[in-house]
Amino acid sequence: MSKTVLEMKNITKTFPGVKALSDVSFEIKNDEIHALVGENGAGKSTLMKVLSGVYPHGTYEGQILYENVECQFRDIKQSEEKGIVIIHQELALVPYLSIAENIFLGNETARGGIINWNTTIAKTRQLLKTVGLEENPNTLIKDIGVGKQQLVEIAKALSKDVKVLILDEPTAALNETDSDNLLKLLLELRKQGISSVLISHKLNEVVKVANVITIIRDGAVIETLDVQKDDISEDRIIRGMVGRDMTHRFPARTPKIGEVIFEVSDWTAYHPLNEERKISDKVHLKVRAGEIVGIAGLMGAGRTELAMGVFGHSYGKRITGKVFKNGQAIDTSSVDKAIKHGIAYVSEDRKNYGLVLANDIKFNVTLANLDDVSKGGVLDDNKEISVAHEYCKRFSIKTPGIFQKTVNLSGGNQQKVVLSKWIFSQPDVLILDEPTRGIDVGAKYEIYGIINELAAAGKAVIFISSEMPEILGMCDRIYVMDEGRMCAELNREEASQEIIMKAILNSRGRAS
Amino acid sequence: MEQVQKLIKQNLKQYAMFVALFVIIVFFQITTKGILLQPQNVTNLILQNSYVLVLSMGMMFVIITGYVDLSVGSVVAIIGAIAGYMTVQLKISAIPTILTVLVAGVLIGMFHGVFIAYVRIPPFIVTLAGMLLFRGLTMVILNGRTMAPFPKLYENISNGYIPDFFGGSGLNILTLVVTAVLILLVAFGIIQKRAQLKKYDIKQTGWAFDIAKIVIAALLIGFVGYSLSAYKGVPNVLILIGLLFVIYNFVAERTVLGRRVYAIGGNEKAARLSGIKTRWMMFLVFVNMGFMAAIAGIVFSARLNAATPKAGNGFELDAIAACFIGGASASGGVGTVMGAIIGALVMGVINNGMSILGIGIDWQQAIKGLVLLGAVAFDVLTKQQSD
Ligand SMILES: Nc1ncnc2c1ncn2[C@@H]1O[C@H](COP(=O)(O)OP(=O)(O)OP(=O)(O)O)[C@@H](O)[C@H]1O
Ligand SMILES: [Mg+2]
Repeated sequence: MSKTVLEMKNITKTFPGVKALSDVSFEIKNDEIHALVGENGAGKSTLMKVLSGVYPHGTYEGQILYENVECQFRDIKQSEEKGIVIIHQELALVPYLSIAENIFLGNETARGGIINWNTTIAKTRQLLKTVGLEENPNTLIKDIGVGKQQLVEIAKALSKDVKVLILDEPTAALNETDSDNLLKLLLELRKQGISSVLISHKLNEVVKVANVITIIRDGAVIETLDVQKDDISEDRIIRGMVGRDMTHRFPARTPKIGEVIFEVSDWTAYHPLNEERKISDKVHLKVRAGEIVGIAGLMGAGRTELAMGVFGHSYGKRITGKVFKNGQAIDTSSVDKAIKHGIAYVSEDRKNYGLVLANDIKFNVTLANLDDVSKGGVLDDNKEISVAHEYCKRFSIKTPGIFQKTVNLSGGNQQKVVLSKWIFSQPDVLILDEPTRGIDVGAKYEIYGIINELAAAGKAVIFISSEMPEILGMCDRIYVMDEGRMCAELNREEASQEIIMKAILNSRGRAS
Repeated sequence: MEQVQKLIKQNLKQYAMFVALFVIIVFFQITTKGILLQPQNVTNLILQNSYVLVLSMGMMFVIITGYVDLSVGSVVAIIGAIAGYMTVQLKISAIPTILTVLVAGVLIGMFHGVFIAYVRIPPFIVTLAGMLLFRGLTMVILNGRTMAPFPKLYENISNGYIPDFFGGSGLNILTLVVTAVLILLVAFGIIQKRAQLKKYDIKQTGWAFDIAKIVIAALLIGFVGYSLSAYKGVPNVLILIGLLFVIYNFVAERTVLGRRVYAIGGNEKAARLSGIKTRWMMFLVFVNMGFMAAIAGIVFSARLNAATPKAGNGFELDAIAACFIGGASASGGVGTVMGAIIGALVMGVINNGMSILGIGIDWQQAIKGLVLLGAVAFDVLTKQQSD
């Protein structure tokens, strides 16, 4: 029997200069997977933070009803007591604690302050089994991949007797297998009477598992779709999200490809901590002017490690190999040298490697190219302001102004700031590492457009992505990477999802 | 009404330290029955705090990178000792001595910088070692004794005044002229900022607020200027501090160098991946700290007109406290040179006020500790509220 567990009524939430939510109502039944979709900055995360007490009662207007009783959560602890658990966009696990310790962190099975390890471990085993994770409870979090960490987060939620599980972009950093596992788990939990709210920009997943979909735009609910009554194709959802039809996912482009301008040859590097382990193994790669070259592969294939290695030896040890630009060998052994040679690297991890979060948009956009906004070492304030303005407009960054701290921007808009920073550094070679992670369809389209524009201007673009459709839709040529090696090179015409997967499996077969 | 409240709330945070300084001044002005702001005491306040002011400006940059330098007190001591040894024992004149000790300060900074930036030992440990090392060396150089006196020229850095070219009797005319010029400059700066924001169509506070700012600044500068002119005029050391302030404020706010320091403190990894040579910058920050400690060492020894083994004891704590009172963040990336100055003045006024009241050193310490804690707690709480 389906009945309403949770109801949010007329929620309005404002930040200085921003109305993040206006009069939003939202309802969760006891047996549903409720997807929450919308563009970047639409207010999805904010709505869920209101629900879970991250923004305490009194900082917003409106009502929250749990089983028809009004709740006024003052903090997360109180909402958790009701069984509402949120798993944030950024995972909140402690890397140097074990799985078991993380699961029971703040909720330890202890008597008189002394932890009972036997029950803790036993309970952890039970939970790990429920979420389908085969790991030793004593394994440290830092030693397992993001996909598994995500499952640990869910196990942690389950340990708290959860009724409504809120997941904010849980699959953004996961590969397909891990994502599938997670979605299956949600379906499983649903059977056991645990509802979930799923925020995601991956609409194919939404279509696959959700039975109710709420679309919000500019802080207001546009519509709520029900699988049983409405058509919930991806196109239908997109129309609700962006307010118009989007017939193409990728902007049209006629490649104008020139000479090879960037080349990496014989690139070998070792893991910084484990010096025996090769992270890049005799990698060759070349890119022509005006060409968009994809590097496909599974999570952990060594693509980020390769890119960061080439970009100023920022990752890896005992690096050997050469980098050529326009036929000349160049020295990229430090980041500033790499930048001087016209290389830019947009990191996949915007919070840790991309932004100075406590500073504003202006500060971040100009950071990699201060030379262009200064004269003789003195910053030209006017120029900085106009540059920041220009990029905010060009990328339609949603913000009350260029002096907004980047920590206050929504995930997608943060990503646009990072992109702005690197495009402003005027690179000839742009390495993009998962540039559309956590970005909505409309903005993705805009970013693809920008990438195409850069290619049309004769730049070489290296496009790293774990989303196959994106690689297939954007790239002129595709390298397939696995375990630090290039295992295939495919032209646009011959490439397909199956062939890429086959190449990966083949290479593994050969290796073992 | 709500508007006004919001305005006050937003700006309270930004100007909290000014307000705190003001409150403390008023408090001591009342409790000392007006002695605090007498012309002679205003001059005294500046002289007494000159070296802490210098140190906190240098320390601010270290703190912006997210660390602290514990060695500065000992560096102040050893600089005084070297200067004393050179002038008193070796009879070398003032100018070469000053140049030598400035170089010595830079070398000490480089010594720390190499271990911090290139050997990668945490600054806390390196400068703790420096603190012990240079205190020890100071005693070695001085052989446990005090060396005095310094040449007149050297002593005048801290104890001399700018001569009044206008030769007026009574009020010092030069001082008044300088005061007027300063007030005009500040007003001009504020007006220019408005024009710039307007040009870019950026929302800003109303005119009233900026006019209030100008009036308050004018009153403040005017008062200090008047007090100085009513006593002996502008102390040399104030000119030095003014110069350092202008330079360092400019570096922090307007130069690529300053921007990079903020970026490193805000997010070192992102800074490195943006092409900033983080190690080199760390090195420079500590070299600069050494240089500033040398200046403070000169100013302090000149003021005492003696080099003593105990010189500079605990100065590092005053400087660090000044920065935090002035709004710096312990996790790095946040802080201003103006904040360092205000913080140092807060500490200075408290010291001076309590001395006038005859409160003993023991209580002074305890109260300063509480003020530091209170100031930072206030800062943290107001920040949490606005989130
Ligand atoms: N602490 C804050 N201070 C000021 N503005 C904020 C703050 N948090 C969020 N915002 C603003 O509120 C709006 C909604 O943000 P929210 O994070 O909810 O978006 P979202 O829908 O989750 O987007 P994304 O898909 O990019 O994660 C955005 O315009 C954002 O800039
Ligand atoms: Mg979000």
